[in-house]
Amino acid sequence: MSEEEKFDVIIVGAGPAGSASAYLLAKAGKSILMIERGVSPGSKNVTGGRLYTYALELVEPGLHSQAPLERKVVREQVMLLGETSGVTIDYVDYTFKASLPQSYTVLRAPFDEWFAGKAEEQGAMVAAGIRVDDLLIREGKVVGVKAGDDEMVADIVIAADGINSFMAQKAGLCSELTPHMVGVGVKEIIELPAETIQQRFNLGPDEGTARVILGCTEGIQGGGFLYTNKDSISLGIVYSPESAAKQSKSIQEIYQDFKLHPAIYPLIEGGTTVEYGAHLVPESGLKGVPKKLYRDGFVVVGDAAGFCINTGTILRGIDLAIVSGVAAARAIISARSGAEVGPNYVRELEKLNLTPTLKLFAGWPEITAIPRMAKAYPQLANDALKFMFTVDGNVPEKMPKAMRKIAKKHVSIGQLVADGWKGVTSI
Amino acid sequence: MTVKKHGAEELLGFDKFAVDEEEPHIVIDKTICAKCKDKPCLVICPAVLYTLKDGEINFDYAGCLECGTCRVMCSQKGIAKWTYPRGTFGVAFRYG
Repeated sequence: MSEEEKFDVIIVGAGPAGSASAYLLAKAGKSILMIERGVSPGSKNVTGGRLYTYALELVEPGLHSQAPLERKVVREQVMLLGETSGVTIDYVDYTFKASLPQSYTVLRAPFDEWFAGKAEEQGAMVAAGIRVDDLLIREGKVVGVKAGDDEMVADIVIAADGINSFMAQKAGLCSELTPHMVGVGVKEIIELPAETIQQRFNLGPDEGTARVILGCTEGIQGGGFLYTNKDSISLGIVYSPESAAKQSKSIQEIYQDFKLHPAIYPLIEGGTTVEYGAHLVPESGLKGVPKKLYRDGFVVVGDAAGFCINTGTILRGIDLAIVSGVAAARAIISARSGAEVGPNYVRELEKLNLTPTLKLFAGWPEITAIPRMAKAYPQLANDALKFMFTVDGNVPEKMPKAMRKIAKKHVSIGQLVADGWKGVTSI
Repeated sequence: MTVKKHGAEELLGFDKFAVDEEEPHIVIDKTICAKCKDKPCLVICPAVLYTLKDGEINFDYAGCLECGTCRVMCSQKGIAKWTYPRGTFGVAFRYG
């Protein structure tokens, strides 16, 4: 690539945020170069994961129906694991099927490759297998990127380079990640026949389950997830590495024991592990978002901008990445000068509900960070239900007394009040 | 073969890697590691690439999943260099 060739926009990273931008910008006639360090788009990416399809519809109505998605989520589950038991809340709603698309389970390697291909069809140039090393900054303005000895120039650079965003750091928009800002996720893809998945999870042929799991991290702040794909299961946990560092057991071992938990193992039994992945997750919500999302010639989108929501029941990242990519594209398309791009971007994020939603959930990381969420409360729920369902011929204790006893075993009244107060004030 | 408890090496065996033999993307400074008391890297690396051998930190970049956890957790700056592997090198997820 010659130095003289100048693009309207260079996008670093061909994940969902980058591809959403590339798609819309190319469609609007801009010359786009999207650079991906993996051998193909998606090959460096890992998700839980699911995709809320409203975001794809923002890019192009009907686009989601072409995407290589796995199963439509009709069952939402929350599971609380005890040592040898589990309590599962299973919410099934068949109007999810009939109504507008809501969410699908997804595997990122095929999805990202498809999405980047769609951007290519619109005219974007996708260059895979190139690692961007640095930004080109001239007179305070970002004017391009450096990859090895190559320099590539553009009016605007979009940093869509994920959570370890070296681009956003080099632009001076954010400092180094700190341990409490992130969770680390590990995941296995476990292959199982489609019929087995359908039987085990009570699903129709294209229907899927999304499950969040608490109590599986041996007391480490964090939780698990399970998503049913067409003929595999994504099973993993995300936990605070800061909290994990205090344990002597490796997080990989904790995950392996979780797999064999008596309430989990029957779901994956007979399956074959075909991949093991790990990835960081932005965990601090609005607090983890850089104060400034742009500088002259530069905007930051997706995970690189820390856009992520975790309420304990809903985990959102890919949709926010796509929305922010759309916002960046719209900002660039509507800008009459380079100086307008950044402020336009911030306005678009508001208009597309991203910033207001992040603000709404700003306090939630406080709740997921309550230490007892990872062990004491899930165990308490299991003990309470054990009491309720136990019939052994003896006269049972009176309910209030028994419940008080069970609660006291796991949490003090002071802690309960403090956690309750934190809960109420955080949301 | 049914799913079972896997060791770290076995898990990495499920993944596809193109190891860059010429240029390690992560380099540690063992003299700093020797002084580090906590050694969080021993437990937080999902690929378990940091191990203790005769009291000394041993590290192999070949099975790196490129998550960045060690980069974030290494408080003593024992990681002298942390970059992504050069283009096309490193892990290639087929499912993700």
